Amino acid sequence: MAEPVLETRGLCKSFGALKASDGISLDLRAGEIHAIIGPNGAGKSTLIAQICGGLRPDAGSVHLMGRDVTALSTAARAGAGIARTFQISALAMEDTVLQNVLLGALGARGGRPGLFGSALGDKTLRGIAEEALERVGLADHAGTPTTELSHGQRRQLEVAVALTLKPKAFVMDEPMAGLGTSGSERMTRFLDTLRAEAPILLVEHDMDAVFALADRVSVLVYGQIIASGTVADIRSDAAVREAYLGDAE
Amino acid sequence: MSRESLINAGLIGGLLAVPLAALFLDAPFTITLATKVAILALAGVGLNIALGLGGLVSLGHAVFFGIGGYAMGILASHAQSFSPLMEWPLLIEGTKSMPVIWLLAVVASAFVALAIGAISLRTSGVYFIMITLAFGQMFYYFAISWPAYGGEDGLSIYVRNGFPGLNTLAPIQFFAICFVILLAALWFNARLAKSPFGLALNAARQSAVRVETVGLSPFRLRLLAFVISGAITGLAGALFADLNRFVSPTMFSWQLSGEIMVFIILGGVGRLCGPLAGAALFITLEHFLGGLSEFWLIYLGALLLIVVLFARGGIIGLLAGRKVAHG
Repeated sequence: MAEPVLETRGLCKSFGALKASDGISLDLRAGEIHAIIGPNGAGKSTLIAQICGGLRPDAGSVHLMGRDVTALSTAARAGAGIARTFQISALAMEDTVLQNVLLGALGARGGRPGLFGSALGDKTLRGIAEEALERVGLADHAGTPTTELSHGQRRQLEVAVALTLKPKAFVMDEPMAGLGTSGSERMTRFLDTLRAEAPILLVEHDMDAVFALADRVSVLVYGQIIASGTVADIRSDAAVREAYLGDAE
Repeated sequence: MSRESLINAGLIGGLLAVPLAALFLDAPFTITLATKVAILALAGVGLNIALGLGGLVSLGHAVFFGIGGYAMGILASHAQSFSPLMEWPLLIEGTKSMPVIWLLAVVASAFVALAIGAISLRTSGVYFIMITLAFGQMFYYFAISWPAYGGEDGLSIYVRNGFPGLNTLAPIQFFAICFVILLAALWFNARLAKSPFGLALNAARQSAVRVETVGLSPFRLRLLAFVISGAITGLAGALFADLNRFVSPTMFSWQLSGEIMVFIILGGVGRLCGPLAGAALFITLEHFLGGLSEFWLIYLGALLLIVVLFARGGIIGLLAGRKVAHG
């Protein structure tokens, strides 16, 4: 089997007596969407923070294309090819939509951002930025201040910024949250095509989206992966139904 | 042209018109006041790059102002006493040449800003304010206790330093030098704000996580901004010392750091000409209210309260309205 794009090996992270991550090993292979589901407080955010940087695991390691990136900073991991989108939007709210995607294109170019020249006037950066906006359907809002975007549009902008990075793997934290039914369906269709570009590690609460998109699902409960498999496997897993899905079906 | 550009043009035009009028009315003191405005505005432009673009609330910018001042004082005092700064391993003599003094002021301030920034930028918020304040006090007390260059009494320079082709002792000519440097700094600031670096720095102020997620280091962006900021404020210090022909430890004082910040808050944080509007208002109030009462700072305090409570964008924000995103 080909080497996984992104892999965690035995990640452990404790906060006092709480084991937020308890030996988490999972991988993300080329071309797939791997969904992580789990109840609130299961340790999903802690897991993402360890994968993307920001939190150093107590034990275990994170690998991107076989390279150990555990010791790298958030910025260095982004440079290496991990693109993260946030559950609670972390955008430059005073800036315009275009400026936010330009920043992504600028970061992806690498090197030190220039002191002279105009960011908005840079044709290459602008081309990448406008293409990303086009793809998520925000092209008409390029000049809009980010504060004026709806909750769902901010989610789309998060994804657009991630697109500009041309990453090796996407790590998305609840991209459907707050999108509404039609927005959620559009985002689902979009992510469906995106997996061909780079695989997606998808943390999501929207079960319709997860079951529609995921090639594999891993269930995280109390810091441990209690089950991992295809959508059909997970749906029929007794432990998962008890811990998480309840008797919904 | 946006409303803010019109206001900026008006402010710069006003700063030029006042000393020209004073020249015809033979009022050299007014020219000196305008020169002071230009220099303090320059110091503010420096701080505004850290504070307005970078969101770095530095309460220690007097350090750079003072270093610029002492760069001038030390070089000029050696030149006027004909004693070299050092003789071994190589002979370095003092100088009365402004360009050389400016170069030293800028380079020295930039290096000190690099050192202070590398340490202080590891903290943020209140801790950053406190650590920059602490550095300021360190320099202040060092200057007081350094007898070689006047200690507490400071250094007097008898004749203003020279600039090739100009008579710097003529107030209007010295004003012209300061005015042109201020214009250059404003031009640089405007370009910086629009540059890729400015975009990234501005984003880091709003969301450091965002900048990290696209692969840039907020620390490095802020450090470079702090160095540029310190260098410009240092240049202002050298000019200020030349204006007064006097350098003393008060140039390092935290009150001065506060004053530079007051210019920016009065004028409008992050506004290109905010420091100019603030410095002009400050000097005007100091001149007129200071003549009425020793306690004029009370009125300044009241004004500052009003601006902070009711006009968060400062004077320029009040006149120009909401900030329009460029592009």
